[in-house]
Amino acid sequence: MKYWRKPLDQDKVKPVHGRIILINERCKGCGFCVKFCPRNVLEESERVNAKGYHLVDAVKEDECVACGLCEAICPDFAIKVEIENAKEPTGV
Amino acid sequence: MSGNNDYTQIDNLLREDRMPHIWCPGCGLGSVLHSFLTALNKSEVPLDKVSVVSGIGCTGRTAGYVKLDSFHTTHGRAIPFATGLKLANPELKVIVFSGDGDIGSIGGNHLIHAARRNMDLTVICVNNFIYGMTGGQVAPTTPLNARTSTSPYGCFDRPFNLPKLVTAAGATYVARWTAMHVRRLEKAIVEALLKPGFSFVEVIAPCPTQYGRKNRQSTGLAQMDYYKENSIIKHGADTKDVDIDLNGQIVIGKFVDIECPTFYDLQTEILGKTFPHMSKTQAEEASA
Amino acid sequence: MSRDGQLVGEFFMNGDVASAEGAICAGCRFFAGYPITPATEVAERMAERLPEVGGTFIQMEDEIASMAAILGGSWGGVKSMTSTSGPGFSLMMENLGLGAMTETPCVVVNIQRAGPSTGLPTLTQQGDMMQARWGSHGLYGTIAIAPSSPQEMFELTITAFNLSEKYRTPVLIMSDESVGHMSEKVVIPPMEQIEIFPRRKPTVPVDEYLPFKADADLVPPMGNAGEGYRFHVTGLTHDERGYPDMTAEAQDKLVRRLLDKIELNKDDIIILEEDGIDGAEVVVCSYGISARVALLAVKAAREEGIKVGILRLVTVWPFPDQKIKEIAKKIRAFVVPELNAGQVVLEVERCAGGAAETILVPHMGGAVHDPDVILEAIRKGSK
Repeated sequence: MKYWRKPLDQDKVKPVHGRIILINERCKGCGFCVKFCPRNVLEESERVNAKGYHLVDAVKEDECVACGLCEAICPDFAIKVEIENAKEPTGV
Repeated sequence: MSGNNDYTQIDNLLREDRMPHIWCPGCGLGSVLHSFLTALNKSEVPLDKVSVVSGIGCTGRTAGYVKLDSFHTTHGRAIPFATGLKLANPELKVIVFSGDGDIGSIGGNHLIHAARRNMDLTVICVNNFIYGMTGGQVAPTTPLNARTSTSPYGCFDRPFNLPKLVTAAGATYVARWTAMHVRRLEKAIVEALLKPGFSFVEVIAPCPTQYGRKNRQSTGLAQMDYYKENSIIKHGADTKDVDIDLNGQIVIGKFVDIECPTFYDLQTEILGKTFPHMSKTQAEEASA
Repeated sequence: MSRDGQLVGEFFMNGDVASAEGAICAGCRFFAGYPITPATEVAERMAERLPEVGGTFIQMEDEIASMAAILGGSWGGVKSMTSTSGPGFSLMMENLGLGAMTETPCVVVNIQRAGPSTGLPTLTQQGDMMQARWGSHGLYGTIAIAPSSPQEMFELTITAFNLSEKYRTPVLIMSDESVGHMSEKVVIPPMEQIEIFPRRKPTVPVDEYLPFKADADLVPPMGNAGEGYRFHVTGLTHDERGYPDMTAEAQDKLVRRLLDKIELNKDDIIILEEDGIDGAEVVVCSYGISARVALLAVKAAREEGIKVGILRLVTVWPFPDQKIKEIAKKIRAFVVPELNAGQVVLEVERCAGGAAETILVPHMGGAVHDPDVILEAIRKGSK
């Protein structure tokens, strides 16, 4: 896609990158985070926790922009999102 | 918004030592609680002055998970308990957090009277259309034809439209969201917390264990997906038009946001005619 | 009236009004109630008086809400009261249990009227005495006081508030229509002559406070909402932190303490009035209006030469087991007049344990006893 105009500060803006912390023993495998992540970062895994619930993996953590939706929608308080080193601007 | 924003951190408000909570996999209560706690931080109300009052049932367990002054009272009586708390100490920000059965059925009379008085309370009513903790019995909100353990052939008992009920009774802020609309719900709860008078937020939430699996939405995820696909945001909708049919559309949004003197306003105004010292608010007196 | 709105001096007022004035002297600043005969005058007086002293009155939508509201009011840090009569008292039972379980100080005034059901709304009975003890489900200790006059309605309402704060429990004033609607002289002393037991505040730092960790006398100090303790209070069985604990062990620990804090402090709680018990062959054991009516019968019996004493139960619950046991060894019979078919008499009989005869003088309510009927029972007991 080609833009005819670029934001003036584009070279200074660094898209935020998130790190996803999963508290596995709290997860009940409801799948809300997998379903509603706008970047499809999470995926249900084969791993199970002590209670037998299927855990999730952040398979595409690179794509995470730390929007925090997974943390907010997780009904089990099992996800925390932290901002990691911001990525270098990728250009357009 | 990022998870690192101080406002969205809820560690200060969650009793981590009580996790994991008792709610089932796929239950929406945890999501609603998360939205509530985030909203509480965002509202910047002084947290030591916040009290959360719950009744009985799955939603009633909320009070036990918040690191705030919190009261888990009797079935249906959270609102009158909260009324006493607020009147005894008007400086408190009192929130009632309970379920549709608790607030709409056994506590229904208290609900309408608190709304009539425009008592300065925020009521968050999580509506999962069912009595969850007792095993899935028909609730005052169960849609017609829905199957429950006490409506095994389909519910033939007309449900309450809670926003319409509280609007008619005099609530000054009325909104409905779902557990899926976490950000909008957060925003609504902030507005409700900051609104003087009786504010009411209904939150439609999944109960896969007792409601969903009997009504062709066998998982919490399926119910959340249904909210996503079938919710229509209509701010300012007339609450008489927001009935919910079984697996039908759900009208959500902010329905009512009006200005009206609160119980406290009228009490100080009218008693102030006889007792001039009363016209000064008690909060002002306390800080003087 | 003194500067802070308290009445001082001699007044002609009925028992209901005297109780309201007692509450105001005790520091009650929140009242939630619902109209019901014959208790309405308590609420009316509070509606008039509380604004004068900086308190809050609210008429709730029913008695269930009234009881719940005063529990909330008490946790809000304000001494709180409600008043009612039979049907309303029945409605309050569930939240009375919540008050006992969450150790919430408050006072409930029950101006008893004749039941069951709507019964005789304007006429007297003492039919709720066992309900006062056992009315809410489960196991808990009860403090119930039975005034015999408007003056006592005033004084014992103050006592009730003091006991409720000291033992962190709802306290019941088990009055009746006769005393509630009886107008007499009531003397209200100046505040400095009135003893007030203040709320037991925590002495530990906010973050070390355990809301249900009891002191040596089995009563925990109480923080109020809004003071930064961030405590959890629940009607579920809970541990010292206030967290729900669904085990038989937690149940045993908590409920045993709720019972023991009343039972083991009985000597401090119980108020009795005795007259002529030494050397008596018959003791009239009664309470409230019945004890007052019995005075005439006792006087007449003494004139006939019968050695008769009086034991008036000012506090009916907890029951003075030991006192009855001791007296039973020395006398021939207890005579127990009460405006019911026999409630407190069961306790007297249990404690007497056969050492003395127990004679009930029942009355179904609607009026007080004919003193001659009590006199006849005294005669019978003396033989």
